[in-house]
Amino acid sequence: MPDLVLDASAIQKSYGRGDGRFDALKGVSMQVRRGESLAIIGKSGSGKSTLMHILALLDAPDAGTLAIEGVDSASLSQTDIHRLRNRDFGFVFQQFFLVPDATVLENVVLPLKIAGVGARERTERGMAALRALELDDKAKNRATALSGGQKQRAVIARALVNSPTVIFADEPTGNLDTVTGGLVEDILFDLNREQGITLVIVTHDEELAARCDRQIHLRDGLEIDAPEPTASAPSRTVASAVQEVSA
Amino acid sequence: MKTRDVIASAVQNTFRSKLRTSLTVIAIFIGAFTLTMTSAIGAGVSSFIDSQVGAIGAPGVLAVTPAPADGPVADGPAVYDPERATGGASIDGPPGMAAGGMNEADLERIAEVEGITGVSPMVSMPVDYIAAAGSQQYELPIDLASGAFIPDLAAGAAVDDRAERQVQLPADYVEALGYTDAEAAIGQPVTLGVTDAVGEHHEVGAVIAGVTNPGLLSLGAEGNQALADAVQEAQQSGITGDVAPVYLATNATIDPASTPEQIAAIKVDLLEAGFQGQTTADQIGAFKTVIDVVTGILNAFAVIALLAAGFGIVNTLLMSVQERTREIGLMKAMGMRSGKVFGLFSMEAVFIGFLGSAIGAGVAILTGLIAAPLLAEGLFAELPGLEIVRFEPLSVAVIIAVVMAIAFLAGTLPARRAARQHPIEALRYE
Repeated sequence: MPDLVLDASAIQKSYGRGDGRFDALKGVSMQVRRGESLAIIGKSGSGKSTLMHILALLDAPDAGTLAIEGVDSASLSQTDIHRLRNRDFGFVFQQFFLVPDATVLENVVLPLKIAGVGARERTERGMAALRALELDDKAKNRATALSGGQKQRAVIARALVNSPTVIFADEPTGNLDTVTGGLVEDILFDLNREQGITLVIVTHDEELAARCDRQIHLRDGLEIDAPEPTASAPSRTVASAVQEVSA
Repeated sequence: MKTRDVIASAVQNTFRSKLRTSLTVIAIFIGAFTLTMTSAIGAGVSSFIDSQVGAIGAPGVLAVTPAPADGPVADGPAVYDPERATGGASIDGPPGMAAGGMNEADLERIAEVEGITGVSPMVSMPVDYIAAAGSQQYELPIDLASGAFIPDLAAGAAVDDRAERQVQLPADYVEALGYTDAEAAIGQPVTLGVTDAVGEHHEVGAVIAGVTNPGLLSLGAEGNQALADAVQEAQQSGITGDVAPVYLATNATIDPASTPEQIAAIKVDLLEAGFQGQTTADQIGAFKTVIDVVTGILNAFAVIALLAAGFGIVNTLLMSVQERTREIGLMKAMGMRSGKVFGLFSMEAVFIGFLGSAIGAGVAILTGLIAAPLLAEGLFAELPGLEIVRFEPLSVAVIIAVVMAIAFLAGTLPARRAARQHPIEALRYE
């Protein structure tokens, strides 16, 4: 049996109450195996981001269970959860979330700072992460002075700096042009292959999803079978439109 | 996150919005500046009064006067009581003070009070005038030196017990008597004029032993025992029979190590015997009360300014929390505990408080150091020895600490708001 990093079963999550209630997840079960790259695909509103947040312990499910490396997340203390998020998880966001007035290096070492790592070690590890992403010459620059691709590389360096077991990427190429996006994808998949870091990518981009080992399709808070895995873009749009009408 | 990193990050974050921070800092600056100034002026004036009285350092002396007849302050004029000795018409002292005099029997009764080790009556010498070689004659109120007070001398030494007749003069007599300065007057002979009971004039010679600085509580001229004896001898020539001396007040010596409780007990005993005892501290108490009230009011204004500045901090940090919502979300997503987020923002408040108070206190000290010499030469030239501002390291440190505490309290509201943010909602925040 493959080593399961994350094992979610019958996850439900809803927001709001009464008439305004919105069921984001209606019972999703899924596993993430160690060392694999997994894509969670769906349109906006499908619940894919909510699922990622729950998997990454950023949010708690209303119902269902989540096991992390075999441990039930409900049994974890706040301290354990903070430690997991800080040491074992790395985050890559579509909107980068870089601190604008801080330097690139300061941004990259933020998880280490939160972990309580000393200043010298922070700098060493931060520079190592930046070197790995060929950004070491920008270490002293302000984060705002970087181009989109450089920003996302800085974000990946930040996700990498704590040597995580899992990197969660929420639309990592969403704000990038095709060429830069492709480069960022290459970096992520290289990390997955060469360092064995488990990759969980949330995206609506079929091409990016296709590069992953496995895909999970979400629609209206439920997992569905892959619609047409290798369909071209226009037909996919038509297909999903038809599905929406029939639904 | 290590505490050192929390502090370093907070300091760094403070400078991210420079304009906003500096405006808040200015508000605190004003409060801290005022507080430092007023406390320094309060300390300066108090220490000046202490140095003026000097005798504050001689706690073993009680000034004893007859207690007012009925209660501390009688309504209307007191009823004449032939049993009570009267010291004549020339009584100086604030209204309501004892109007009676004391005779030898009274002194004995005072000496009998438990705790009193000695009694030395305050003797006023009946001197008409003082003159130096070639100078005019000047009026001179002069007392027998009691030894209870340590005079604030401009030159020379205090009069002491020796056969040579000595006087100790206030500084304003120096020029009047024709000397160039206080130093030049020391050791110079002067003549004191005395009128005896039958109206005949006598002259008594003396030597200037010391010159006292002018001040708020000037001691006036003093003479030693040899001079007092000579003056009395001159005054009593022509008198037949004994005249019982009458004293307005006497100094009673007590154990200098007496506790305030013991002193209070002695005062009660004195009151029962019909006398009122006051320590030097009591005598200058009224003065100090006025100074304390004035500085207290100024301090209250400064504290009001600081409270207003506290709301400025609340406002600044609330805006800061608002602006940095996503950053807070990010840090929490990366495993930063709520307590540390709280610490980060409250530390920022404390640092703003520190900046404002440290700069305020620093500028106040600088202003004081520049202004004090100018004031001492100008406005307060008449009061040598007055150090109008006196910065005590402890009170400056207390002011800074209090301001930082106020800032911390102000910071708790925004810091709580920051700490309570949910990472996901904070990251979604636009």
